[in-house]
Amino acid sequence: MRAAIDAGIQIPRLCATDSLEPFGSCRLCLVEIEGRKGYPSSCTTPAAAGMKVRTQTPKLQELRKGVMELYISDHPLDCLTCAANGNCELQTMAGVTGLRAVRYGVGSQFGGAHHLNSVKDESNPYFTYDPSKCIVCSRCVRACEETQGTFALTISGRGFASRVSAGMGELFLDSECVSCGACVQACPTATLQEKSLIELGQPEHSVMTTCAYCGVGCGFKAEMKGNQVVRMVPWKDGKANEGHSCVKGRFAWGYTTHKDRIKQPMVRAKITDPWREVGWDEAIAYAASEFRRIQKKYGRTSIGGITSSRCTNEETYLVQKLVRAAFGNNNTDTCARVCHSPTGYGLGQTYGTSAGTQTFKSVEKADVVLVIGANPTDAHPVFASRLKKRLRKGGKLIVADPRTIALVKSPHIHAEQHLKLLPGTNVALLTALAHVIVAEGLQNQAFIDERCDAQSFSEWVQFVSRPENSPEAMADVCGVPAATIRAAARLYATGKSDGTAADVAQHRPNGAIYYGLGVTEHAQGSTAVMGIANLAMLTGNIGREGVGVNPLRGQNNVQGSCDMGSFPHEFPGYRHVSDSTVRGQFEAAWGVTLDPEPGLRLSNMFDAAVAGSFKGLYCNGEDIVQSDPDTQHVAAALIAMECIVVQDIFLNETAKYAHVFLPGSTFLEKDGTFTNAERRISRVRRVMPPLAGFADWEITVKLANALDLPMHYAHPSEIMTEIAALVPTFHNVSFEKIDRLGSVQWPCNENTPEAGMSTMHVKGFTRGKGRFLITKYVPSDEKVTRKYPLILTTGRILSQYNVGAQTRRTQNLAWCDEDTLEIHPVDAEDRGIQDGNWVGIQSRAGRTVMRAVVTDRMQPGVVYTTFHFPESGANVVTTDSSDWATNCPEYKVTAVQVTPVSEPSAWQSEHLHFSQVQEALLEQGLAAGVTAK
Amino acid sequence: MDKDVLIRMANSIGDFFEAMPDRDRAIADIADHIRKFWVPDMRREILDDLEAGHAKGLSEIVRVALTQYRSKLYPALTAHEARS
Repeated sequence: MRAAIDAGIQIPRLCATDSLEPFGSCRLCLVEIEGRKGYPSSCTTPAAAGMKVRTQTPKLQELRKGVMELYISDHPLDCLTCAANGNCELQTMAGVTGLRAVRYGVGSQFGGAHHLNSVKDESNPYFTYDPSKCIVCSRCVRACEETQGTFALTISGRGFASRVSAGMGELFLDSECVSCGACVQACPTATLQEKSLIELGQPEHSVMTTCAYCGVGCGFKAEMKGNQVVRMVPWKDGKANEGHSCVKGRFAWGYTTHKDRIKQPMVRAKITDPWREVGWDEAIAYAASEFRRIQKKYGRTSIGGITSSRCTNEETYLVQKLVRAAFGNNNTDTCARVCHSPTGYGLGQTYGTSAGTQTFKSVEKADVVLVIGANPTDAHPVFASRLKKRLRKGGKLIVADPRTIALVKSPHIHAEQHLKLLPGTNVALLTALAHVIVAEGLQNQAFIDERCDAQSFSEWVQFVSRPENSPEAMADVCGVPAATIRAAARLYATGKSDGTAADVAQHRPNGAIYYGLGVTEHAQGSTAVMGIANLAMLTGNIGREGVGVNPLRGQNNVQGSCDMGSFPHEFPGYRHVSDSTVRGQFEAAWGVTLDPEPGLRLSNMFDAAVAGSFKGLYCNGEDIVQSDPDTQHVAAALIAMECIVVQDIFLNETAKYAHVFLPGSTFLEKDGTFTNAERRISRVRRVMPPLAGFADWEITVKLANALDLPMHYAHPSEIMTEIAALVPTFHNVSFEKIDRLGSVQWPCNENTPEAGMSTMHVKGFTRGKGRFLITKYVPSDEKVTRKYPLILTTGRILSQYNVGAQTRRTQNLAWCDEDTLEIHPVDAEDRGIQDGNWVGIQSRAGRTVMRAVVTDRMQPGVVYTTFHFPESGANVVTTDSSDWATNCPEYKVTAVQVTPVSEPSAWQSEHLHFSQVQEALLEQGLAAGVTAK
Repeated sequence: MDKDVLIRMANSIGDFFEAMPDRDRAIADIADHIRKFWVPDMRREILDDLEAGHAKGLSEIVRVALTQYRSKLYPALTAHEARS
């Protein structure tokens, strides 16, 4: 079939689709092959040299028509009212085969058995399963297995009784289905169909864009009717996702038109005042005058700005430009501060550049994968599917995680080594792994000699070789048996848990490391990133496909916001503000004098605000009150400020402390680019007009102009042109090129291929020689005590995203509508806690209350929660402990006590009251606005 | 800013670099890190506290770094500040 298609010849088919392996069940793709008996299915028959194949003959036509006749005899003839009308492969194939009548009757017409009265399963909020329309082609089952890797679907029954079944005859919502939608996309009929399409009908045009959720950065085709999204379909040619998606990207876009969207600018003098709806000019003029007033009163450095990694590259670039050039200081930061800033520092110090080294596709060539501090099935689901596919084909897996995450054991996947370490001990573990590799002679000395700095390696080898860094010494620290650490080290270096130097002398496997916030969000986050970089250099796992160091970025544009100079110490392109040559280039381009001193980091801003020296903030798309640690400290900082300007789509937790609200736009309402964890720059395209009138970049332009910093961009492409001119690694990036090629990966300049570099450090490290850095383990200040005997670690789940502002306003609530505390049965029993009980979680920072989930996914002594719901107050409990190099908060380690309780915490009661007051002040403002109109 | 916060930040920087075998380089790197990532006010505060004897919680290596590189770390009035 593939050969025929390549030759431009179409063969009728139903069970075959280009995203799945050949299956040979539908019997429509039959062909005649000269010299062979029968009519083999073309999808499962390999082409061979000299083979003569007839794809269309009278006999084949008769056979296909007969097959189709059987299908249609058990299929409702409701084509005119069917949701798939106009886009149904069964309908198309009926036409292709020339079927004109069904001799056996349709359904009960002649009294035969049929499935037309089967009951629909409408439990999934996003799609229906209508068994009456199922032709049992197994495409959905295979998509669930091959594409998604969940194995939630099966064909139950035999022969005529065969039907698609979610799990053991469960409803889709109750089954193991993760609602990725691969089955819906694979279905050739209306059996599995998006509810939005059932309601709205077939789309009439589509626009390619990029998902605004996690750092995978999936390409999507937004299928539209006018300005209305009918459905989001993952883009087959999108290099990050190759046609796959998760429940968030494919289905959770309803927040974009949610009733909570704010559509009019608002101002108020005090946060106890009602909001007042105003025009754009008044809101912008008020914000600008307040910022200038504050600077006049408290000094040039008394204000700053932050962006979210949900913003586009162009937006984050403009905000940091506004801060540096209009505010006149470098008080600009981004939420990457609280997730992957240690990646920037750690990889910058070791390799010379702040980015992952590979493409996602690279994992297909990995022999051994080490996943540390990441939970890809929940946080980066589309990458997880690619990883699982590789593992099912023989790749080996090491998981280092305090919890038994899904990757450790799931259908056809198991981690050969699970290092169930204690939170906060990554550095001890990584150093112990390196100790084993060095002690057992498993390192790639040729790579080290050629590619790495000799002195740093010599010093580092002496360090890791010390007895105190051996697995035996670190076992008690990490909570992982020494033998397991040794086996994992051997597996990563040699491909076998009992591998030796003799093995690597014969064959050195491709080892790839993937890590996430479970590495970075620690007091030693940067040190752990260096430890990972050391391991990859030690084994020569850098500079080709199948290997590398791969930070799984939390949000869609973490990489991009860092690239765009959102940090207070560096300009776009990771160049320090003290570099007079670079600063001169920006001064010339922007027509202003720039501050050579670093600015305040996000946490420094809060501290300075509480201390009284920081008084105004432009907060673009980030909900710092919910997402940053030590909520009460953040709130105190905001209350101490005199002007907070929030630019967002909803009145989020931070906006409740704001004085100016500028209604922003979603990713569907604007043009721009996102850069994913592969350094891949992809287009975000406007598919509907901004609900509040302006794209976010236009709002920043207005504010800049009001602050006497002229900005005259007519389109985000002009902003990218400016970026390309100023950032060497972006010199050859343009919207035109991205539109033409689909995406590009930085570095993309005169020294790279046209689409940029897919793999980094191929012939040499960006910094020249790779630099080994000593990674001494320093225990976290968050130590367990009699008062706080448990360690709380936080994370995210599949159906909710970050602070939940988007996903809480979608039907993803069907899977999760509250944050819970996961606790080991032993710890629960010790405290008299049963599954579902309310429990208080107390740390030195604060106290909150959640419902307990008792699960042996946890280890004794460790509890876990998420931060998707503001009322949960997960970050009321997290503390000010942070990474030594970057101040990335230590979300992953908080010493707590957990006790059974019967009422909410004092903070929760206060939060409820404060939120009710703020919502009333919003309602008053909106009502007054309506009256005025 | 809170003195204890600054001391804790400085000490954690010191903890990392103290592991380096070349102590002189480690001391220089501590100073360089603070110079690159701390705003002038934070540098000024910790240096003033150290000079006034109010930074007793500082680790020894950080104390040496701040003392040895004081002139490099203590913020001067920049031309930019002078203009503003």
